[in-house]
Amino acid sequence: MADELAIVGKSLTKPDAFAKVSGQTRFADDLALPRMLFGRILRSPHPHARIVRVDTSRARALPGVLAVLTGDDLPIKFGILPVSQDEEALAREKVRYVGDPIAAVAATDEWIADEALELIEAQFTELRPIMSIEQAIAADAEPIHGTSNVHKAVALEFGDTDAAMLAAQHVREDVVFFEGNTHLPMEQHAAVAQYGADGKLTLWTSSQTPHYVHRALGKVLELPMSRIRVIATPNGGGFGGKSDIFSHELVAARLAMVTRRPVKITLTREEVFYAHRGRHPVLMKVKTGLTKDGRITAMQFRSFLDGGGYGSYGVASTYYTGALQATTYAIPRYRFEAVRVFTNKPPCGPKRGHGTPQPRFALETHFDKVAEELGLDPVELRLRNLPRPDSRTVNWLRITSCGLEACINKVVEGSGFLERRRSMPRGRGLGFAVSSYLSGAGTAIYWNDMPHSEVQLKLDRNGGVALLCGAIDIGQGSDHILAAIVAEVLGVALEDIQLTTADTDLTPIDLGSYSSRVTFMAGNAAKAAAEKVRGQLFEAVARALPCDVDDLLARDRRIVRRNQPAEGVSFAQAVQLAEAAGGVVTATGSYTPPKLAGPYKGSGVGPSPAYSFSAAVVEVDCDVRTGEVRVPEVWIAHDIGRAINPVLVEGQVEGSVYMALGEALMEEQTFRLGLHKFPSLLEYKSPTALEAPVMHTYLVETIDREGPFGAKEAGQGPLLPVIPAVANAVYNALGVRIDEIPITPDKVLKAMSDRSKRVGPASTPAFEFPPLIKADVPEEWKGK
Amino acid sequence: MPIADRVAVRLRVNGEEVAVMVPPYKTLLEVLREDLGLTGTKHGCELGECSTCGVLVDGRPYLSCLAMPLDLEGREITTVEGMADGSEPDPLQVAFAELGAAQCGYCTPAMLLTARALLDHDPHPTRDAIKEALSGVLCRCTGYLKIFEAVELAASRGRRHG
Repeated sequence: MADELAIVGKSLTKPDAFAKVSGQTRFADDLALPRMLFGRILRSPHPHARIVRVDTSRARALPGVLAVLTGDDLPIKFGILPVSQDEEALAREKVRYVGDPIAAVAATDEWIADEALELIEAQFTELRPIMSIEQAIAADAEPIHGTSNVHKAVALEFGDTDAAMLAAQHVREDVVFFEGNTHLPMEQHAAVAQYGADGKLTLWTSSQTPHYVHRALGKVLELPMSRIRVIATPNGGGFGGKSDIFSHELVAARLAMVTRRPVKITLTREEVFYAHRGRHPVLMKVKTGLTKDGRITAMQFRSFLDGGGYGSYGVASTYYTGALQATTYAIPRYRFEAVRVFTNKPPCGPKRGHGTPQPRFALETHFDKVAEELGLDPVELRLRNLPRPDSRTVNWLRITSCGLEACINKVVEGSGFLERRRSMPRGRGLGFAVSSYLSGAGTAIYWNDMPHSEVQLKLDRNGGVALLCGAIDIGQGSDHILAAIVAEVLGVALEDIQLTTADTDLTPIDLGSYSSRVTFMAGNAAKAAAEKVRGQLFEAVARALPCDVDDLLARDRRIVRRNQPAEGVSFAQAVQLAEAAGGVVTATGSYTPPKLAGPYKGSGVGPSPAYSFSAAVVEVDCDVRTGEVRVPEVWIAHDIGRAINPVLVEGQVEGSVYMALGEALMEEQTFRLGLHKFPSLLEYKSPTALEAPVMHTYLVETIDREGPFGAKEAGQGPLLPVIPAVANAVYNALGVRIDEIPITPDKVLKAMSDRSKRVGPASTPAFEFPPLIKADVPEEWKGK
Repeated sequence: MPIADRVAVRLRVNGEEVAVMVPPYKTLLEVLREDLGLTGTKHGCELGECSTCGVLVDGRPYLSCLAMPLDLEGREITTVEGMADGSEPDPLQVAFAELGAAQCGYCTPAMLLTARALLDHDPHPTRDAIKEALSGVLCRCTGYLKIFEAVELAASRGRRHG
């Protein structure tokens, strides 16, 4: 009997699919508890102001209002990163964006709660709003926090880039801008809090990161974490937008404690735009030195991030804008400088691709231009600078498997890119780009030596397998991945696995559904737990048969002898044998990523146990009269390591392409006089079914040695090459360079009529970056 | 909300006659979710912009967030909970589950009902007709492709009971 895979690699129906198509999945706002109150939050109407007074007396007097909170009721500051504890659940002294929470009410119904908000009298002294990177750096208005609008500035260098640039035979520099945009999950954030008579707080919340919410609740509410239970509800879309600590979670909890009644807060769609934590607007300058045959000798990269009003994940975002340049290009010398500034906008944070879609746009459009200058086709330029499998980049990122070349070949051949791009009619064009992404961040958000993901299994004597893990399914299919891995190892069916996830009372820790980490890390933990418990079963069965433990195999709900499959016991009998011998049959598995950070300050952002790779070709059809860009067809290849469930991986790839096209062509979060221009689903344009292109998805399997069954990430990487591929296709179609995302019709028309045939920023602001931290380069890059 | 301001509303939902006492300005979305426990109907904006709240009224797609229950007395309202025939799911539900057309599952009820209205009207729609019919329902997860494929698969299998 061979050891071929029975479940892994098959497009099986995921365990939560039928609940979802039946409307039975209970999202946070679907929960209702007896005596439940409704909470609402009063938000700042000003982008930047000092709070003079918040008078809640009239609101408190309204019948049906049971509690009103202001900043003084929740004075302890918090933030997702230990270095950025700059948020308050309700602002106390200052408001920093339109939508910043100020006060909250709990009432017997939503209408009364809304009416109560109108009765709260808040007085402000308005301050000059800071609405752009340039204004923040100019520092001629009162800073948003402390004494400077600079939140974080970094400067790193790996080898002498100036010398390499001087020696280069060809040097090119580009300045580009990527406007901010937001996640727009279809489900608005919601949380329900209950404070029991036993003094125990329970919070159900639509969160990608229940463990971090748990920690923040303990801090802000000053309760021991053992008295707090956080249950993440299935997320109705996350995309990074539910991976922070949010005011409404803390407020609902405090309101429940004050009123001793359950409290639900569901954000309105407008409030979701203010909660944000989405894509940073980033202004970038990229300069590359090459040999005349197109081999990169050095790169200097600068980014300016518009962070919004608070820190959020911003320090990590800042580093991410410079981290992954060298995972797709063999860059021998590299300098990276970045600054994140505060502005009076909703805080920016991680959206699908966290901090890397912006530099990827810069890089891939830059190399399209470089290739043209060198007389190379854009594919050849990439092939001449491919990273190698099992190598270290110059900034110390360890690459294991690398299927980038195979991805390139798939999309180039599939689309006929090389031939067709030379013969497209005016208005039609093809663009190409490549990318890479992490399979989970190698370091945790807070410093600790504990595992990043843990799984517990408990087998019952009827053959059922209880699987407990802190990971929450946000639509990406993590429930399936966990169940499939355990079922595969134990030789049982998917439906034998009973999942309990993301409940801090019951499930061991998983750090969260962010940074494309769950398949890789929770998957490895699940595999470890399953192998451990299978070992217990094998021992019990080996004693009973008797035979050698190594002679046993788990398949088709049986434990059998490898070469005499008729000899064996059912899986349930195996559990009974093990339980009779040693009691409860249970095991845990954990995953801690290897310590991969390089020897320099700031090396914690970027390392991952494995990187995915992607390549895309995008076809555009541009209307030369209106400037509108349509995308009829996309070819996308993704190095997934191994597809544990191909249909789910395709779904992640297709969803990434869709989201990228929205960002490339229409989605933007912009402001007028401090006000969000588009805080609604009608005005914030996102692609509909009518805009969906034909997609050709190619999964490239490289069977990574570190991933569970060789798997790597799928949820974020495939977004990355699509945005620059659109821009490159527009150039191929019209001969214009739109060096600014999104590529809206007005920009296309402007570029077509402008002599420069370009729209985009001309320069970056003068800013004094900190002195360069000159890091050593890995051995393999010395002397190159 | 004072009790005196409530009105009696009689509705026919998923084939059942139901009666509720609600404020007259409460939307169908709210009545379905809060008074009838039919939380399968979701909301994305409550402004009629995303169709996440879509239900069927007399077999046609209808935005429950903009609908006033008093206006719908005597009409046949169908929510996702009414799609299955007892233990037998609608072929669309099966196809969505099999093809991974429900990722987070939040737009899924409205997407399924809108697709059901399409197939009842046009049992073998072209890809363009499917795109057109579903274009009002926003989905942020799938890129829509698996949804199109699921509708086509369900169409190829035909309506239940032949």
